[in-house]
Amino acid sequence: MGKYYLNYLDELESEAIFILREVWAQFENPVILFSGGKDSILVTHLAKKAFYPSKIPFPLMHVDTGHNFPETIKFRDDLVQSLGVKLLVGSVQESIDQGRVAEERGKNATRNALQITTLLDAIEENKVDCAIGGGRRDEEKARAKERFFSHRDDFGQWDPKNQRPELWNLLNGKHFEGEHFRAFPISNWTEMDVWNYILRENIQIPSLYFAHEREVVWRQDSWIPVSEFLKLEEGEKVETKKIRFRTLGDITITGGIESDADTLEKIAAEVSAMKQTERGNRSDDKRSETAMEDRKRQGYF
Amino acid sequence: MKLETNQLLRFTTAGSVDDGKSTLIGRLLYDSKSIFEDQLAAVETTSKRKGHEGVDLALFTDGLKDEREQGITIDVAYRYFTTPKRKFIIADTPGHIQYTRNMVTGASTANAALILIDARHGVIEQTKRHAFIASLLQIPHVIVCINKMDLVDFSEKVYDEIVSQFESFASKLYVKDIQFLPISALLGDNVVNRSENTPWYKGAPLLYTLETLHISSDLNKIDARFPVQTVLRPQSEEFLDYRGYAGRVASGIFRPGDEVAVLPSGFTSTIKTIDTLEGELEEAYAPMSVSITLEDDIDISRGDMIVKKNNQPEPVQEFDAMLCWLNDAPARPRAKYTILHTSNEQRAMIKEVIYKIDINTYAREEEDKSLEMNAIARVKIRTTRPLMMDEYRDNRVTGSFVLIDDATHETVAAGMIM
Repeated sequence: MGKYYLNYLDELESEAIFILREVWAQFENPVILFSGGKDSILVTHLAKKAFYPSKIPFPLMHVDTGHNFPETIKFRDDLVQSLGVKLLVGSVQESIDQGRVAEERGKNATRNALQITTLLDAIEENKVDCAIGGGRRDEEKARAKERFFSHRDDFGQWDPKNQRPELWNLLNGKHFEGEHFRAFPISNWTEMDVWNYILRENIQIPSLYFAHEREVVWRQDSWIPVSEFLKLEEGEKVETKKIRFRTLGDITITGGIESDADTLEKIAAEVSAMKQTERGNRSDDKRSETAMEDRKRQGYF
Repeated sequence: MKLETNQLLRFTTAGSVDDGKSTLIGRLLYDSKSIFEDQLAAVETTSKRKGHEGVDLALFTDGLKDEREQGITIDVAYRYFTTPKRKFIIADTPGHIQYTRNMVTGASTANAALILIDARHGVIEQTKRHAFIASLLQIPHVIVCINKMDLVDFSEKVYDEIVSQFESFASKLYVKDIQFLPISALLGDNVVNRSENTPWYKGAPLLYTLETLHISSDLNKIDARFPVQTVLRPQSEEFLDYRGYAGRVASGIFRPGDEVAVLPSGFTSTIKTIDTLEGELEEAYAPMSVSITLEDDIDISRGDMIVKKNNQPEPVQEFDAMLCWLNDAPARPRAKYTILHTSNEQRAMIKEVIYKIDINTYAREEEDKSLEMNAIARVKIRTTRPLMMDEYRDNRVTGSFVLIDDATHETVAAGMIM
């Protein structure tokens, strides 16, 4: 007799596939929120598995802040083409042009918070009733309490005190018109699990995750890439460093770390020895102790 | 960590702030090196601000704003840590009486339950409550940590007394495997390393116990059950006539060539292939997500169940269940709800409340039959169409269900079929 149990990565994979199939069965118009980061790439890979030999039966939705790494956009377009799925784009620049939101001012201004409005508008416009995200409970303390199926009211808001209990594998996606859900198939994965799985499955990820030479500036304890959006402040100087990114967000707020890890094996080894959380290099989370929770309540990813 | 063989262990913790539960989790995370420097720095800052000496380990598990302000945990929070032997998921739930609902939620998917007892106080009402829930939800392994041993001078006598207190009431429960450990979460005794303060304790420390619990026999390998989630029809050139039934194996083992029945229709066929993106499989077992094709063209849709022809669940329309009420609004007499059972959805009515259980004393209450938040009761339920069910004791997947209120769409009750 063989061994009749799964190893932990297979069990996480099976759980994620189960959740993706539940989304497809319970909702009319789901989308995968695609940022070009490794977590949303992983979710897309799992969706390919969940519906094989069919194509992924729903579109990818990208909230485009306009502050992108060019590599991310190219990666996104190539992936969409190879999967044969539809791409929906919500543009923060358009939201600004239409006066829906105003650009932040001040020293650490970003378009991070502005995404919330664009995302909610895109969800409403496309009549999306479930947005599948790559959020993980280990990422941030506010995410530790997310359900697999997370209910949002008709303002797109999350109420952490009024979440539906989720028991066994019974997922309740019932909702009223105007409300929507967020679904998190990789809730139970940690950063290490993600890298081990990407390595095992040899999943393609943007070159930004691998060590490369880049012009950067030292700011808030990490290397911020030089781009057309970066305004140098007094005392800051541009340097060329061999860096890589642990997470990918806007080019304006994603800090790199110095690294020589230029293969998936080396990245996995580097991550397992890391002493800082991956969001430690994200200035959007450094604003206050409850920065993530406050944004999530309003409808953030 | 070995990717090929390492398993995932899910456990719940129950206990109040005073039992040192958060401290224990903090200790496990800290000693297994699952805490990052920036998390540690944040907790050190908060500890200092609150005037604590050293690092307050409990702060690692506090999640949301409200509970940091109130100093209590208010919901189920999930934590992760990994050792060279296993990956662990902790469902951390509060112990207060009003949060039975959260304990039930955390317990529903757990392989093991950690129950904490303060060595100074011994078994209290709350201990009985936690043990009852572990038994009700059929958590296969219960580990009782007798904590704060440092405050009773690591006394073997105190420990033995608490063990016998626990055993005397636990004999009324249905728990397969109970283990006891003397620990100090605060100081680390018997958590990761064996303590020199308890030479009389011959067992293993907590982490080793968690790493070696035998869990692969806990899943039901006998009764093959495959609830269909959705039907895959690619209609592409390559897969023109493909009809795959997508789902996750609930229990048992399926192989190509197996004679199967499709419920509720009862039509029979033979498994042609078991498919994944990686290719065809020779066998599928719980909890694998696969797609099954059959030799015959049968009309199958979501909510149907594929089972072995010679081992079929009972189609039942009226059944007894233990029900835990999860909603602020109490149950309305003879009200109708939507019932979710595997991938099936029907209408259901609570026909009768047979008795309620006081989870502190285990006494049956046959007079007051109201189902309010946190009530646990034996009920009779009737559904509009038969459900294919097994007893919860035999099968946690096909033996469980939830009720949904159609007016609010909220999940109002969790049930276990008897």
